[in-house]
Amino acid sequence: MSDKKPVLELRKVDKSFGPIDVLHEISLKVREGEVLCLLGDNGAGKSTLIKTLAGVHKPTRGEILMDGEPITFSGPREAQGRGIATVHQFGGTYPLMSVGRNFFMGMEPTKGFGPFRVFDREKANRIAVEEVQKMGITRITDGDRLVGGLSGGERQSLAIARAVYFGARVLILDEPTAALGVKQATHVLRIVNEAKRRGLAVVFITHQVMHALAVGDHFAVLIRGAIAADFRKGEKSREEITDLMAGGEDMASLEAQLETYMDDHEGHPPQLSTS
Amino acid sequence: MSESITQQKTDETAPTSGGFSFGELIRSPAAGAFFGMIIVFLIFSLFGFQRNFLSVGGLANWMNFASTVGIIAIPVAFLMIAGELDISTGAVLPASAMMLGITSGHYELPMWLGITMTLLMAAGVGLINGLLVTRTQVPSFIVTLATLFAVGGLTLALSDALINNTNVSLYSPDWAKAIFGTRYFGFRTSVFWWLALIVVFFFFLHRSPWGNWVFAVGGDAESARNAGIPVNRLKIWLFILCSVCTALAGICQVVQFNSAQSATFFNMIFFTIIASVVGGVLLNGGFGSVVGVVFGTMTLGIVQQGINYTEIDRNLSLLIIGVMLLIAVLMNGTFQKLATSWSTKKDKG
Ligand SMILES: Nc1ncnc2c1ncn2[C@@H]1O[C@H](COP(=O)(O)OP(=O)(O)O)[C@@H](O)[C@H]1O
Ligand SMILES: [Mg+2]
Repeated sequence: MSDKKPVLELRKVDKSFGPIDVLHEISLKVREGEVLCLLGDNGAGKSTLIKTLAGVHKPTRGEILMDGEPITFSGPREAQGRGIATVHQFGGTYPLMSVGRNFFMGMEPTKGFGPFRVFDREKANRIAVEEVQKMGITRITDGDRLVGGLSGGERQSLAIARAVYFGARVLILDEPTAALGVKQATHVLRIVNEAKRRGLAVVFITHQVMHALAVGDHFAVLIRGAIAADFRKGEKSREEITDLMAGGEDMASLEAQLETYMDDHEGHPPQLSTS
Repeated sequence: MSESITQQKTDETAPTSGGFSFGELIRSPAAGAFFGMIIVFLIFSLFGFQRNFLSVGGLANWMNFASTVGIIAIPVAFLMIAGELDISTGAVLPASAMMLGITSGHYELPMWLGITMTLLMAAGVGLINGLLVTRTQVPSFIVTLATLFAVGGLTLALSDALINNTNVSLYSPDWAKAIFGTRYFGFRTSVFWWLALIVVFFFFLHRSPWGNWVFAVGGDAESARNAGIPVNRLKIWLFILCSVCTALAGICQVVQFNSAQSATFFNMIFFTIIASVVGGVLLNGGFGSVVGVVFGTMTLGIVQQGINYTEIDRNLSLLIIGVMLLIAVLMNGTFQKLATSWSTKKDKG
């Protein structure tokens, strides 16, 4: 499996926001035709890591390589232009804008030339509706419709459809299934598999073990901004992965702690102080 | 992914274009403003029928007033759509008029030079507003409140120091009169500037890709940043645009009336914000339209100025504006709900 070429590679990447160090010496390879699952507790730095890959943040130290060549993205649009598409954890859609305009935000199709270039609304609407329908959201048939009228799951699907459309080489999904129902989540997993089959590199962040196991080829666990474990599919058992997803804490030891607590307190839950 | 399934669907979803569509109207932020203006216009026509409200003179009277507000209100609305506010216009307007009056009037510099300097000064104020808002986390209301007073104070102080007067007169060459400050068919030149700017601004906000960005920045700045939209640069340019348009309105005024006053024009702040809100612009950003703001400005013009051509007591205009503003704010929510739930395809099967 490791014969697959890395599309993106991070070498000893650090990221700090002023005095706050969020990422420490992250080295990772994202290979084509593979799904990399990023695991880790809330605040571990997963979103920051993928924002660095997506060109939103510039690494404080270290380098990013694309196809083996060092690269600095001037911004998210450059990354997107190179085929790296991202669904960020929060937002991603604008409620009071139409489906078509949402879909092409920042990558607007235009017609006409020079300063008279106009947003090609018909083209945008047509493609957006097509792509969203491919995601299984057949209820959306009108590209002029405002996104605020869609459900949370439909909005998320729109954001994912957008990334699938623009992600020619790398697809990055930051907890894409969080707002989705079972059916739509399954659909997203199918999309991840499909993207992988087409040879895309996928970075997938999720809190659900089943989802991670269903699609992951390669797993990286982030604890407080550093890579704590890095392993391939089949190298760790499901229980071990579950433990790692719970923030690297050993679930078994957590259970043991709980049990001793319950024994000590005769089965009473912790008392909330009333003062 | 599943190409075959969706292929036959695309035919149904071919966009419908052209013609009047109720869905499009109701979805437009201008809908409420349009109905509001029609109602106000009809009521005023009724009470103004005997008093020439419907004459060309009556129309020109309130359109002249509306044009000054309108030239400033559209870029103010752009900022509101982008989630910001600019109230420094109340000081930039007299500052620009005074600047041109002092440079080309008192010091007799060539007109083109005075105009260029005035526009550059305004652009500088806009740049300062934009930089302060984007570099600090201070809300733009406070930043532009500060620049409002700073520019207002500086205008007074400099006028006093340079020409020892708070007023200045300016006699413009014919070409400048023709471009900025004469009357055509009873309408001031600023009315034609306004009409031209409406076209340009409409194209910018609703047709060009940049318009998309303005809405996105006000809708969700973080997502816009993630999508690669240069949020800060866009805001800075919008602040500059707002100040420069205000300067244009100031230039038109001083050339039209051959004189300028340096007192801060606080009313302009209220006029531009009222025109925007009555025009359907959402105060928290992300929603609005050029046409709506034009309707809002015209409504304000009718109530504030056109009232002189009716039998309605002039003193009632402030009350009417207040009630109108309240209704607009309450209705804007309803119109948004209608807009978001409306789908043209719903009723066609
Ligand atoms: N722009 C920022 N400025 C300062 N701190 C940030 C910024 N973005 C993220 N952080 C901090 O980085 C840490 C990791 O956040 P994040 O990457 O969102 O974690 P995760 O996605 O794994 O939950 C958090 O402590 C967060 O407060
Ligand atoms: Mg996160």
